[in-house]
Amino acid sequence: MDKEKIKINPEFYDIMPVEYQELVENATYGKEDRGWKDVGSSKELIEEHSLCAGCPESIAFRHILASLPNPEETVMVGSTGCTSLVFPHIALHNIHSLFGNQNAVASGLKRALAYRFPDKIKDVVVLAGDGATVDIGLDMTLQSWFRQEKFATICFDNELYANTGGQESGLMQKGFVGKMAPAGKQFEKVDMPGLAKTSGCHYVAMLTSSKPNRVEKVIRNAVLIAREIGPTYVQIYTPCILEIGKQMMEGLQEMRDSEGPGQRFEYQEFITDEAKAYMEAKHPKKKRKKKRVEEKKVD
Amino acid sequence: MEKYRVLPGPEAFLPPAAACAGVVLPDPGQGHIHGEIVPEDAAMEEAAKRFLSAKVPTIFPGPLVLWGWNENAEQKATAIKALYDVLKSHNNGALLIPMPDYRPKYPKIDPEIEINPNHPNLTIWHNKIDVCMFVGVHCHQANMSLKIIRGGTSCYTIAMCAQAGHEDAMITFRDATPEKIMKLVDAVKRLKDSGASNDVRGTA
Ligand SMILES: Cc1ncc(C[n+]2csc(CCOP(=O)(O)OP(=O)(O)O)c2C)c(N)n1
Ligand code: SF4
Ligand SMILES: [Mg+2]
Repeated sequence: MDKEKIKINPEFYDIMPVEYQELVENATYGKEDRGWKDVGSSKELIEEHSLCAGCPESIAFRHILASLPNPEETVMVGSTGCTSLVFPHIALHNIHSLFGNQNAVASGLKRALAYRFPDKIKDVVVLAGDGATVDIGLDMTLQSWFRQEKFATICFDNELYANTGGQESGLMQKGFVGKMAPAGKQFEKVDMPGLAKTSGCHYVAMLTSSKPNRVEKVIRNAVLIAREIGPTYVQIYTPCILEIGKQMMEGLQEMRDSEGPGQRFEYQEFITDEAKAYMEAKHPKKKRKKKRVEEKKVD
Repeated sequence: MEKYRVLPGPEAFLPPAAACAGVVLPDPGQGHIHGEIVPEDAAMEEAAKRFLSAKVPTIFPGPLVLWGWNENAEQKATAIKALYDVLKSHNNGALLIPMPDYRPKYPKIDPEIEINPNHPNLTIWHNKIDVCMFVGVHCHQANMSLKIIRGGTSCYTIAMCAQAGHEDAMITFRDATPEKIMKLVDAVKRLKDSGASNDVRGTA
């Protein structure tokens, strides 16, 4: 793991825009203990985004990219939706798949990479909206889990089709009236974590993106378990502030309000015994160096 | 129907893809000038003339040569720099402006330091570029960009393509290697040294 593949030819170094110079000098490729704490002190793998100002998807995206264990050997598969506007701006291999097809594309990709690079670890990570994951792509999502395809699926759950103006999605809450769903949702929010468990996922987590350290832990688990054991699923609440009528500073509070005990985004985590044993053996918990804080003695 | 020629614009808001207008790609050993198939050496001579008679001759290296992702890319970078150096020694206004990637940048690019395939005209207008060469730009992005340049600017375009060439450039080379780029460097040097370079504006 190193920066071998992102070397600027010396003849052109001085003419490259500064964001690329920073990327090769100061990005966290090849760093074993990357994490959300690098955000702000290292060059991020996301340059800029074209989401609405304050959109929680953008912060979730940044923390996910900061948490991937092996970014230089990772390919992300996206789908149509607000997230697809961010993918062109990330310094990571990625494929834009036709809306809903992301888990089918990722299945083929993961197999092809394993065949083509048998001696390398290559991670595949799907990141798509709830419409892509749970509605139009549900077949592909579930089938990839039934087949035990080894990649992680991350769903940005904003409980509607944001990019097309607020249509009803399977993950929308019952009773919610969307801008393009005026009759209100008649059915319950689909229990996707439940479906993931019964469909063969080895690690399932549901959370919001309000706590970066939690996002980091979950993403690391999901990617590492998918690498060797089998499919994993992560559902992150990234409220569409535009569609629920919030201001740009209100996304964080919306997530906090929705993750308390008994709320629909209360933190859930599930891991199979096999995955747990694998993680304990191969990727034991990172021991953070504790900073000794010298207490000032007051006379 | 009159034969379509690939000429400097501004041609139209949406010029046709030259391929749709009947322009075909050269075979190995050939190039094309304005859509006409010619021996590669003839295309070399014409490109050298265009470069030397330009006010702001510019090379736009793309990601395939900006990054040292294999030995070939590294050697091409050296050859491209050699081409730039010879152009610069002839004309201090020569430019080397990268096309580092293809993402639509928001709110807009800085045309002084880069070119973006989605609106290449901004960089061309801003720097008053009258002759440019694409090298190391992936096929689809190069074709799209060359078409936009033809549509909205009067810039003369040259493509040093590593694959089968570009119909949408006014001069195209194909199968570009570091050696082929160095051959162009030699052609420019020869013409420059012959002193014929000040009145060599080709006929479009
Ligand atoms: C095959 C196909 N069907 C429909 C669309 C139209 N479309 C674009 S984005 C979108 C909704 C995306 O919703 P979601 O996956 O929840 O992502 P979000 O925008 O909410 O992040 C739809 C239906 C499309 N682009 N392609
Ligand atoms: S429409 Fe909603 S989900 Fe999409 S970028 Fe805007 S706030 Fe974010
Ligand atoms: Mg959605």
